[in-house]
Amino acid sequence: MGKGEPAKLYVNGAILGYKRGLRNQYNHTSLIKIKGVDSKEDTEFYLGKRVAYITKVTATDKYGSRFRVNWGRVCRAHGSNGVVRCKFRRDLPPQSIGGRVRVMLYPSTV
Amino acid sequence: NHPDEDSTTAATGKMVAAGSKTAKVAKGPRWYPAEDEPSKKKAVVVKQNEVNTGNRKKKGYCTDNQIKISNTQFYHPQPTKIRASITPGTVLILLAGRFRGKRVVCLKALESGLLLVSGPYKVNGVPIRRVNQAYVIATSTKIDVSKVDVSSITDAYFARDKSSEEEEFFAGDEPKKAVVSDQRKKDQEKVDAALIKSIDSVPLMKNYLKSKFSLGNNDKPHEMVF
Repeated sequence: MGKGEPAKLYVNGAILGYKRGLRNQYNHTSLIKIKGVDSKEDTEFYLGKRVAYITKVTATDKYGSRFRVNWGRVCRAHGSNGVVRCKFRRDLPPQSIGGRVRVMLYPSTV
Repeated sequence: NHPDEDSTTAATGKMVAAGSKTAKVAKGPRWYPAEDEPSKKKAVVVKQNEVNTGNRKKKGYCTDNQIKISNTQFYHPQPTKIRASITPGTVLILLAGRFRGKRVVCLKALESGLLLVSGPYKVNGVPIRRVNQAYVIATSTKIDVSKVDVSSITDAYFARDKSSEEEEFFAGDEPKKAVVSDQRKKDQEKVDAALIKSIDSVPLMKNYLKSKFSLGNNDKPHEMVF
């Protein structure tokens, strides 16, 4: 933790796929595996937290940034092993499966 | 919850054909007040039949008397509930915004529900600022802020200058340069003077406030005690 380094205030998560049964999938809800969260009790802390799916793009926005964010929220636990269901403003693209997501620490209830 | 004037079910439960001569039968209101006598403060009586006011005190059927009470009487905006872990003097970790990761002292809760916070400025560069409790983690560390006077700082203190719309429209999209008024600098000095005294009295508190909070690679916030 150097003086000028940005603080990391999120937990990494992996995109596992969409909510689905074997033959039907529901793209509006994605499944996320949050690092270090391995049981249903552990997910309670993360419920409601905002999730960011960040992509890099060639065009700059008005502030000069090339990063675009698709915001979402952790909705509920999925199963008993710490996987979590998230809904995003725009459904996650299928290319993102296996990709990285940032689970922020806000809105905080601590 | 308004007694439905168009209802075709009479008070006695008899179904009456709409449009028939007997359609206008005495019917009870759909909503019965819990108290016998509606409290004077709460009830906003919008419309009341003048006939048969004597029936009002009767619990149960009000036959000809139809009292319409607006739903807005039930809405009483309450002050925002601040988490129990956040009190004046608590050290907070800012989770988002320009000063994310910084540890900061909570001074008080403002009327709007936002928290008034100060770095102090000399310690970590955070000025007197407002922050929403949702974007903050409250630590168990407390500083004595009884000697700090922030009574003059309210939500109005942070209101933006109202320049004319036209000026802003012509100014364009570029972010405006922030100008810190002298008033703010003075208030900052005043608040921080008392704060820094409290901070210096606790060993390592200054270093603690200077340091940033950051999650390490194997950190699990759901297992942390703040």
